[in-house]
Amino acid sequence: MATHTGRLTGTNAATVAEERPAVRIEGLVRAFGDRRVLDGLDLTIRPGEFVALLGRSGSGKSTLLRALAGLDHALTGAGELSVPDHASVVFQDARLLPWKRVLGNVVLGLDGPDAVERGTAALAEVGLAGRERAWPVELSGGEQQRVSLARSLVREPQLLLADEPFGALDALTRIRMHALLRRLCERHRPAVLLVTHDVDEAIVLADRVAVLDEGRIAADLTVDLPPPRHHGDPEYTVLRDRLLGLLGVDQLDQIDQPDQTDPDETVR
Amino acid sequence: MSTGLSKERLAPAKPADAAPEPSPERETPVPVARLRPRRRLGPGRPIPYGWALGPLLLLAVWSVGSAAGLIDPRNISEPWTVVTTANDLIAQGRLQSSLWTSAQRVLIGLLSGVAAGLVLALVSGLSRLGEAVIDGPVQIKRAIPSLALIPLLILWFGIGESMKIITIALAVLVPVYIHTHNGLRTIDSRYVELAETVRLRRREFLRHVVIPGALPGFLLGMRFAVTNAWLALVVVEQVNATSGIGYMMELARTYGQTEIIIVGLVVYGLLGLVSDGAVRLAERRALSWRRTLAG
Repeated sequence: MATHTGRLTGTNAATVAEERPAVRIEGLVRAFGDRRVLDGLDLTIRPGEFVALLGRSGSGKSTLLRALAGLDHALTGAGELSVPDHASVVFQDARLLPWKRVLGNVVLGLDGPDAVERGTAALAEVGLAGRERAWPVELSGGEQQRVSLARSLVREPQLLLADEPFGALDALTRIRMHALLRRLCERHRPAVLLVTHDVDEAIVLADRVAVLDEGRIAADLTVDLPPPRHHGDPEYTVLRDRLLGLLGVDQLDQIDQPDQTDPDETVR
Repeated sequence: MSTGLSKERLAPAKPADAAPEPSPERETPVPVARLRPRRRLGPGRPIPYGWALGPLLLLAVWSVGSAAGLIDPRNISEPWTVVTTANDLIAQGRLQSSLWTSAQRVLIGLLSGVAAGLVLALVSGLSRLGEAVIDGPVQIKRAIPSLALIPLLILWFGIGESMKIITIALAVLVPVYIHTHNGLRTIDSRYVELAETVRLRRREFLRHVVIPGALPGFLLGMRFAVTNAWLALVVVEQVNATSGIGYMMELARTYGQTEIIIVGLVVYGLLGLVSDGAVRLAERRALSWRRTLAG
């Protein structure tokens, strides 16, 4: 366990009868200048648990993820934060080094004689066998994001942090990537924190959905729907509406909202 | 209510009960003139081998002018005289030995200038203290034309080879420094973040992120550097030299041998073209990851 900032209290003493959490956050505060982006946030993620974090833009989702990834050098803050040593990040952009071939990107920073072998296996796992020698620019957006997934998974992370990883992909590619991510997570069982603004993505993928608002976890819901989860399920709709409500989206804001004008006028 | 209405809004067709409206504007046929392609405003398609047209025309004017006696051979020798003179110079071995001397100067000056510029850029690009110490003086040096330093360099180093090489090296150092430094400073911070998350060590970070990231900048600097090196060579060889292409031309001036001067000019031109081509080739090789997009 590594602790980035703040006081470290009793990570060793925390082992009671309960399973030790993969991530434990207590009273986390992060501020840009005077503005408190995270304000006393608590969150626990069990090993192998898939948590989706929803929030409006500017709610501090990315700040939390960057704090967990140890990337918030310039911020002031307090609170307790314990994350596994082996954490890896999937960014919204695939963030591949353009001057390295696909395999080189996957094994970036890996040591050991079996690095190439492991990298090749990871690429095969995301469905990119045979593309090891390609340059990143030669790949489509979805393929690039697969490479970035392979780069994370080849490190066998105990914690996978994903910052809107499918936000830049088209709808069809996104559906495929959801299935892929779900499969990979079931096989490797890392704890996952997926930051997203997409309610459906959260429900389809996660075991638990947390909603971030005003720097705290405003709601923490367990998603207890059998797979495959889809829109047709009435429970799905209930959960979806509830989450949207928590995010401040009214019924009226949803779907194609009819014009408030007189219907006769529209026809004429 | 909402579904019915939205369907109606989506459907492009008119409501069934609405009478077909006469729309006289739409019935009028489009005038034929409208369909003809518009007059092209761009320069149009490229002419095959168009780049050769201007130089060939120039050569033709030169030849015709010389043959017709319109051009005084004391100002510009006839093209054929230039060719035979070049042949003679090669037969005597004068051209080769001059060329070798000049090439050596440029090569040594270029190598030492590039090495110095690269080291300074790395120190200044990778540490804040280095930048504070180095960047200012180099920017000041940049404002002073290298050739303006020649009088001072002659006083310090005499008129020998070292003065010539140092002048060339100074002229090369600045562009290499400026562009490499810029390349280092503009490496995308997202890649730095990535390097942190995959826990690269400093040495690995330099090897996998910094150096390849700054390479395009360095190579651009090299292209300017090569041009500057030849420019500096021309000047130092004409100021004070007893060998080299510039000396050959200076000597020809005192004897009024225009044809030798022109041979020298052609040689300088070819050297510039060849060395620029070499850097561009290196660029293409080293940046092949980028070329895939550029085609």
